[in-house]
Amino acid sequence: MAAERCADAAPDLRFDLRIVASWIEPGSRVLDLGCADGRLLRHLRDTKGVKGLGIEHDEDEVVSCVAQGLSVIHGDINTELPGFPDKAFDYVVVSQTLQQAYRPTELLHQLLRVGRRGIVSFPNFCCLQVRLQMAFSGHVPVTPELPYQWYNTPNIRVLSLEDFKTYSRAVPFAITRSLAVNPAPDGSARQVRFWPNLLASYGIFMITAA
Amino acid sequence: MTQPTVGIVRTQSFTFAHPPHAMALDSGVGLGPVSLAYETYGELNAEKSNAVLICHALTGDAHVAGYHAGDDRPGWWEHYVGPGKPIDTDRHFVICANVIGSCMGSCGPSSINPSTGRYWGLDFPIVTIPDMVRAQRELVRHLGVERLRAVVGGSLGGMQTLQWAASYPEMVDGIIALATTSRHSAQAIAFNEVARQSIMSDPNWKNGDYYDGVRPDLGLAVARMIGHITYLSDESMHVKFGRELRGGAFAFNFEGDFQVESYLHHQGKKFVERFDANAFLYVTKAADYFDLDLANPESPARRALAGTAARFLLVSFTSDWLYPTYQSRQVVDVLKTLGRDVSFCEITAPWGHDAFLLPDERLETVIRGFLGGLHGC
Repeated sequence: MAAERCADAAPDLRFDLRIVASWIEPGSRVLDLGCADGRLLRHLRDTKGVKGLGIEHDEDEVVSCVAQGLSVIHGDINTELPGFPDKAFDYVVVSQTLQQAYRPTELLHQLLRVGRRGIVSFPNFCCLQVRLQMAFSGHVPVTPELPYQWYNTPNIRVLSLEDFKTYSRAVPFAITRSLAVNPAPDGSARQVRFWPNLLASYGIFMITAA
Repeated sequence: MTQPTVGIVRTQSFTFAHPPHAMALDSGVGLGPVSLAYETYGELNAEKSNAVLICHALTGDAHVAGYHAGDDRPGWWEHYVGPGKPIDTDRHFVICANVIGSCMGSCGPSSINPSTGRYWGLDFPIVTIPDMVRAQRELVRHLGVERLRAVVGGSLGGMQTLQWAASYPEMVDGIIALATTSRHSAQAIAFNEVARQSIMSDPNWKNGDYYDGVRPDLGLAVARMIGHITYLSDESMHVKFGRELRGGAFAFNFEGDFQVESYLHHQGKKFVERFDANAFLYVTKAADYFDLDLANPESPARRALAGTAARFLLVSFTSDWLYPTYQSRQVVDVLKTLGRDVSFCEITAPWGHDAFLLPDERLETVIRGFLGGLHGC
């Protein structure tokens, strides 16, 4: 089954954000950590009446969000969460951001305090393409999902889909929904049901407090 | 005038609180009549929902944009206010009033006390930022506006925007507070006190009773010089002046060898031509008294903010050491705690506190975008 069918149709959204958007109830309150140019928040506002807020550390991206009439705080995802009251949001989205967090466990604790649910998505560092590159080239892998060199990557944490499940018991948190996908050339995503930790390049998880 | 502009504008006057209906001030004193100098641009729409109030900084005036007849210099925020500009006068009805206690057309120590027929001088009551905002509210209602789409201001104007949200939370849809603070810091008070002492130690000051004679221009010029230092930054001074000499070599006297000295002298001289020394005492005092006490959960301002539906945008500038970023962040953090709709951006700019007055593409973009995102746009 194409995951696209369970994703929001939004041509200007990255494949994973379409899925994230499809998981969010209309009219809910959403905090997007590392919201970049605000595409997800804008889509959610315009199609689902979501009341959103972004946290973004890049000044130009912040300006771009405000330019679109979105609410955004120029700040660091590692330090912004403690300032919010408990359960201030229905969803806290951490899309391609967890692997950039200094203290992911603290971040998730805070996330589950300020949000009723978290939606976490990240590239799978143990998909087949990465494993093959590591095995045969002897170099740290560079893939479409992990496009950086070792010396300029913002991804200071690398993890696999299985690592995240193991991690859920350590933090702890409950995984209430998950989807493993591969991006397709047309910008959509295909769901991977068989052996996702090997064959999917991307994972999206909905989590709640354990 | 190749740039779009609101064109030729004129300052108007509004007087209210005629005795015996004086306006009650924070100090417990009544003030009346109260007159405000103000300007408006654009048209109020039929729903009366497109009014934007702009609050000026310490020594500003009501003349935000456009040109006074015969003047070749536009208003102080011409770059940001006008047709098609970030605060678009084709879409918004823009209001700006000179604060009470100042000297740019509104009542203050340099205006005539109607009950004596003489200049007020120091008999003019001390006014606070809430008092200034109270007077603005009277003007806004006089203009037929019960709800403001936004209140916008920087520095002392930014303090007024926050005060608006605290005093009249039900009247504002949006607040744009630039390069400002919710409580005047010890450092800022200290600079103001030195500036005030400079004025009060000028022999011509005479306890504020100088209007019929020589004015305390030297004291006021030095006060302005102190202010200007706090409005710039180490980097902007370095870029603008460095150690450049006016004459190319040391003159070995005290007449101001360095460009930066000459700049400060020039600013001081220019300032005394347009501003009143007593008014400077009053507006700086109002700034010093300003404290919304937001850290206190029981403070009236915090309680009011907790109940407002207004959206907030706070902007700070990296090189502003008068109201540094952390002071904007304190407001942002309280608004976060209260679950309010708040945006914040720290803009990289080398120009110090003055940055909010200067053309800046990012500032233009966020002001335009934020106003566009307020409901009803």
